[in-house]
Amino acid sequence: MDRIPILKLGGALIVTIQVDMHDRLAMALEEDLTNRIVSTGARGVLIEISALEIVDSFIGRMLDNIAAISRVLDAETVVVGMRPAVAITLVELGLTLTGIKTALNVERGMALIQARLDEDGDLGNARATSEE
Amino acid sequence: MPPPKSDVLPIRSGDDVVRVRQATRARAIEIGLSLVDQTKIITAASELARNTLDYGGGGEVAIEVVQAGARRGVRLAFQDKGPGIPDIAKALTDHYTTGGGLGLGLGGAKRLSNEFHIESTPGVGTRVVIARWK
Repeated sequence: MDRIPILKLGGALIVTIQVDMHDRLAMALEEDLTNRIVSTGARGVLIEISALEIVDSFIGRMLDNIAAISRVLDAETVVVGMRPAVAITLVELGLTLTGIKTALNVERGMALIQARLDEDGDLGNARATSEE
Repeated sequence: MPPPKSDVLPIRSGDDVVRVRQATRARAIEIGLSLVDQTKIITAASELARNTLDYGGGGEVAIEVVQAGARRGVRLAFQDKGPGIPDIAKALTDHYTTGGGLGLGLGGAKRLSNEFHIESTPGVGTRVVIARWK
């Protein structure tokens, strides 16, 4: 079965969706991402969707699920690269993706995740200091 | 003038939903819909194809290029022999669902189309027709 590759970059997992999503692929991605978040301890998940020609409620629900699962596992999901026509259609469809962080492009999405990793770093330092 | 093209595609699996999207895109491009209008009609087609699959127990869609005077459009007719929809007004309400979905399919497809007709008879099936004009 086809699977969407998941790349690890520092404390982030990166997925770029290049194919027309169908049910099994969506379910496999949810499962694979969940496993990788746990096995890598990633704090951020970046999902790049610039190749997606539509986002319907099925894909919207998949993105929502991934964001919700990530949150429970202490990782944050950022969806980036949505096409303008897709954004217009999504809003008219009634999907607001309220549970999902979005950013315009990969660079800005990574900056959001990096900010979270930096916070962790500060927290780690604070802990180290208080233990002294 | 060549006769209008019509394709009838089965909707029996998730892969068929992908094929419905691809066929809709081909027709939308053929009549020169703008990128935003293409995206809207493909998204509406995807929602209705999934409804046909999830709620209608599968069915089929007829996709055709239609002409009214100088205007051309894409029309899709979804047909299933499922349980039917007892209360169409309720089914069109956003966030109302009987199947664990987001409940945006019907209402969303209506908003994304220029034309929307639905007929449903409980125990017989459901037919939804949408069109988007250039």
